[in-house]
Amino acid sequence: MKNRILSYSKLIGFLIIGMSFTGCSPSSEEEAGATPSSTSITIKGSDTTLPISQKVAEQYMKDNSGETIIVTGGGSGVGISSLMSGTTDIAQSSRKIKFDEVEKIRDSGKSIEEVVVAYDAMAVVVHPDNAVNELTREQLEGIFTGKIQNWNELGGEDLKIIPYSRETSSGTYEFFKESVLLDRNYVNGIMSMPATGAIIQSVNQTKGAIGYVGLAYLNKDVKAIHVSYDGENFVEPTIENAKNNTYPIVRPLYFYHEKDTNEKLDQFIQYTLSPAGQKLIEEIGFITVN
Amino acid sequence: MKKHLKKFLERLVEGILTLSGAVTSITILLIVIFLFKEGVGLFNSPSIEKGYGLYTHSDNQIDDLEVSEIKDIFDLNISNWKAFGGKDEEIYLFRFNEIFKLYTDAELGENYTLIPEKLEEIILENPNIIAYLPIRYAPEEKAGIKMLPEKNITLTDFFGGEEWIPTTTPAPLFGVIPLVTGTLLVSFFAILIALPLGLGVAIYLSELANDKTRKIMKPTIELLAGIPSVVYGFFGLVVLVPIVQNAFNLSVGETAFTGSLVLAIMALPTIITVAEDSMRSTPRAMREASLALGATHWQTIYKVVIPYSASGISAAVVLGIGRAIGETMAVLMVTGNAALIPTSLFDPVRTIPATIAAELGEAPVGGTHYQALFLLGCILFILTLIISLVVELISKKQVNNGL
Repeated sequence: MKNRILSYSKLIGFLIIGMSFTGCSPSSEEEAGATPSSTSITIKGSDTTLPISQKVAEQYMKDNSGETIIVTGGGSGVGISSLMSGTTDIAQSSRKIKFDEVEKIRDSGKSIEEVVVAYDAMAVVVHPDNAVNELTREQLEGIFTGKIQNWNELGGEDLKIIPYSRETSSGTYEFFKESVLLDRNYVNGIMSMPATGAIIQSVNQTKGAIGYVGLAYLNKDVKAIHVSYDGENFVEPTIENAKNNTYPIVRPLYFYHEKDTNEKLDQFIQYTLSPAGQKLIEEIGFITVN
Repeated sequence: MKKHLKKFLERLVEGILTLSGAVTSITILLIVIFLFKEGVGLFNSPSIEKGYGLYTHSDNQIDDLEVSEIKDIFDLNISNWKAFGGKDEEIYLFRFNEIFKLYTDAELGENYTLIPEKLEEIILENPNIIAYLPIRYAPEEKAGIKMLPEKNITLTDFFGGEEWIPTTTPAPLFGVIPLVTGTLLVSFFAILIALPLGLGVAIYLSELANDKTRKIMKPTIELLAGIPSVVYGFFGLVVLVPIVQNAFNLSVGETAFTGSLVLAIMALPTIITVAEDSMRSTPRAMREASLALGATHWQTIYKVVIPYSASGISAAVVLGIGRAIGETMAVLMVTGNAALIPTSLFDPVRTIPATIAAELGEAPVGGTHYQALFLLGCILFILTLIISLVVELISKKQVNNGL
């Protein structure tokens, strides 16, 4: 009897100690405005903008020893929601921030500044053996919303069209939906791949496939389609065509950060916009800001 | 003195072990409670995106729209009010962003204070309008303007809905049927492939293989268990998908079947090592007693070894099934992630873990999407729990029969 009371009281004692450990959980949501670290810059967000941030950050860290910059991907949606919860300094995004996201941030007392760091042309890619070379915006909309289902409706072979898309957190997904599909939804049951690399791989393997990728990811495994928005001029996606505004699917790439920043952040952003930074951006395959 | 010190140390170690056991059990319990707490809040959330509403002219008799109907309107699949029993008039769709195209920033006033007036004008001028507006900037409800009543997401919307489109506006669709059927299909076939194969290899390794073979194969299989799942996913995407595509003459290789294959390959090492370990631990005495009674080697395996190690085998099965159902990265890369109800094994599917992995990062904390994903996690948890319980029951029955 005495032993049982003793063992029960021991158990309850340990339970209480255990609960107290779990009770002190970090309340990171309440700490609005706490920056991740005062000595390093965190950049989170779009996978499309990732190569830019990586290259610029590496060069910046080489030129200014002692500075640390942490760059992560995850999708534009991830970046912006991290900015809202205060876990990143810069949100890199390949789509414009939405109105309600701005409102949410304004509600929490912060205000956001938007910086355009580069332009990106979006290429529509198909299997290299596909006979079709040119498509209008309406045809692209029909393909990705499921209204056109076979390549022979577009002058190709009798092959089922398999559209590939990015997943919903991607800015590329959102921009394509806004610009090409005019805000209509993708066909229910579209194949959704987690990364641009996976889209290139799948399009290369599947004869009837069609997908969209950023220009920097274009390589000889896939064929880029000449796109026309007005039905007359079909333009190939290249850097020159994007610069002289003849290629229609071009989008700005953004860095979003809080308005009241520290000097380090300002310096880094100025570096990205400087001729040295922009030259790096051009080397990777994006279009400079000017 | 020494005796007291020893006793004290023993009690200290006992205490630490009890404490760690208690903390672990409490942590697991708290994780499960957190999961359910975050998920169930979904049914108190409005079906239209929070902070927004749908506004129509008050002459419009339509009062109630289902989420799938809202999606059809905004996708321009339905363009006439008579489809809902209203007048034979074309629907005029208005999204909030269009106000910025109609008026300049100056006309909308500082801090956008003039927006409600302008919106009121637009609604009153267009009786066939349906406008998707943030409540903060919308005109007040008065003569001529009506806001469709806010409804919460219902159980049928979630558990009976057939489309999973979580980021569309105005009303995201959270139907889980395609996800649940996708998960069950892929997991069932993965287990179907992995279990017999795994148990077979385990029996071979523990009973039939000679020492040299066992010495080489066992570490190799254990090594396979340690390969990260992203590598399996990449292997599946680059190697298995083209093979499946060419072997079955499909238009696309990313199917539920490919997903099952990859999952079976991932679950195999786990099943093999645990089952084989438990079979090897059958005491020699029992084996030799059975052989002494005249049983053949195979009869010994079937009637003595397997029933004796039934609990170990069921542990292997549960672990294997758990791995198959819960795998995210590998499945994300090879099944195509098409949120459709699969009609055959060779359709692309989307599983619950892949959905959670792909979408949780961008779902704003506490929002509807976030809660829907947690509820999906709850469903996964309950599914795995049911299967583990069933396996435990079956193995208990086997033990009773064997003895």
